[in-house]
Amino acid sequence: MSDHEYTPSSKFGKWFNDRLPLLTLGKHLTDYPTPKNLNYWWTFGGILTFCLITQIVTGLILAMHYVAHADLAFGSVEHIMRNVNYGWLIRYVHANGASMFFLAVYIHIFRSLYYGSYKSPREIIWILGMIIYILMMAAAFMGYVLPWGQMSFWGATVITNLFSAIPLVGESIVTWLWGGYSVDNPTLTRFFSLHYLIPFLILGLVVLHIWALHVPGNNNPIGIDLKKPSKDTVPFHPYIVIKDLFALLIFLIVFAFFVFYSPNILGHADNYIEANPMVTPAHIVPEWYLLPFYAILRSVPDKLLGVIAMFGALFILVILPWLDTSKTRSAIFRPLYKQFYWFLVADVLILGYVGAMPAEGIYLLVARVATAYYFAHFLIILPILSRKEKVLDVPLSITEPVLGGAVSASAVRQKKDKL
Amino acid sequence: MSEKKVKRREFIFTATYAVGAVGVGATIWPLIDQMNPDASVKALASTEVDISNVEKGQSITVLWRGKPVFIRRRTDEEIAKARDVNVDELKHPEKDEDRAKNPEWLVMLGVCTHLGCVPLGDKGEYGGWFCPCHGSHYDTSGRIRKGPAPTNMEVPKYEFVNINTIKIG
Repeated sequence: MSDHEYTPSSKFGKWFNDRLPLLTLGKHLTDYPTPKNLNYWWTFGGILTFCLITQIVTGLILAMHYVAHADLAFGSVEHIMRNVNYGWLIRYVHANGASMFFLAVYIHIFRSLYYGSYKSPREIIWILGMIIYILMMAAAFMGYVLPWGQMSFWGATVITNLFSAIPLVGESIVTWLWGGYSVDNPTLTRFFSLHYLIPFLILGLVVLHIWALHVPGNNNPIGIDLKKPSKDTVPFHPYIVIKDLFALLIFLIVFAFFVFYSPNILGHADNYIEANPMVTPAHIVPEWYLLPFYAILRSVPDKLLGVIAMFGALFILVILPWLDTSKTRSAIFRPLYKQFYWFLVADVLILGYVGAMPAEGIYLLVARVATAYYFAHFLIILPILSRKEKVLDVPLSITEPVLGGAVSASAVRQKKDKL
Repeated sequence: MSEKKVKRREFIFTATYAVGAVGVGATIWPLIDQMNPDASVKALASTEVDISNVEKGQSITVLWRGKPVFIRRRTDEEIAKARDVNVDELKHPEKDEDRAKNPEWLVMLGVCTHLGCVPLGDKGEYGGWFCPCHGSHYDTSGRIRKGPAPTNMEVPKYEFVNINTIKIG
């Protein structure tokens, strides 16, 4: 992990470090050489760590007051809102914190897509990130069920019913997930248990994610390999720490705006009606961060194929490093990829929009076209671009374009041969 | 001699793995099966419903195993409409005669077979039910006619205890 042996200055420090090298780890983390050209899109890793810790701390507190029972859950949430000291604040931070978490993770993922951070040698970082993302969706879904409102109940019903599409064993799996013949108290209590577990799984995976990151080091906006440490790098502390903290402050302004000025704008009014298994709300919509996948599910007229398409849309991201094999990482030097990247961003936004609309008429048509394009981007466009695209010359170092003037053609060719 | 010994050792390894796998499986099974419906859930398997107040053209919804059950006393027109259908053209071919033994009474789970929402009555293009979640249309026999649902709404096991009472389950 460390390129140099670290010796603590104090005698106790040395004694301790010889037995558990925590100080060596701390030294590694502060000295960790970071590309000096990282922009603000790179601050979302730190922001996400903050989000995870916020969710764990507020969630731990909410669990002290919440009652996981079908008859009591709805009332206990109102109890938190009205009676518990600062309960309203803690619950609103937790509920909006989930949305902020997804906002940050989507920016983090799209940054990776733009700068090719998922490419060799960072495939494992990317896959760990995708597992974290999938676990985040599971945690968010189960957390949304816990208040036991109408959207909780019917969201749980619709999502668990996805598994009934599996041939032969589907119905048995759904009964097993429910612990009964419909979403009911056994479902609520197990969702609570798993909702408590998943954040700690995510925490463990985050450690692996960062560990895997620290092997090759950060990618950077121009997407080249760096010599570390060198004049192209700065130590993580204080340079990146301060930058991350500044970005976090800006992020917290957005976060606080939602918590204090519109805490319910991202939720649904129906969830303030207690769950009723006899009446389905007129319009079931998942939380905003799941809408693109919901749109993909609904755009396919067949039940099983719809479910396959929805999970496929996620799985395709996992294998992305082997779909986009272009050696050039950053979109800055890939003129065609850069355009298709923005098409994909637009496509996902459109999917999110039609996912919130009723599945009929023009919305259904748009959802179908956007779904087809989503898969085409990964399965057709990226593999073709990897082979055919004429990429621009990549600088040899971060410093070079700033200090060295024009890039010499022979140097670039040498660089390419090395790659 | 050595070859014989190796074979013997491999056999012991394989046997150990096999016994170990069975042991692990037997240990894990209770951890998985505990999530299946428990005895108290299974105990609520049947329910009796009084239908004496239901007039022609009316429906009632009762809860059975946590799910809504539609009990509809159909009009002659609805029955005729349900029976006047070419069964072969249906997505999930079922005769109305098989779904409603007593043609006046249609008893079925009020659960859309797509993703489990409760369809709305007297709605949709076929005069039956319409699911607001993803737009499935059901006819007056509860059969899927249009939309993403794969099968007809399920008819549970039920019987007429007497002229005024239905036992579901």
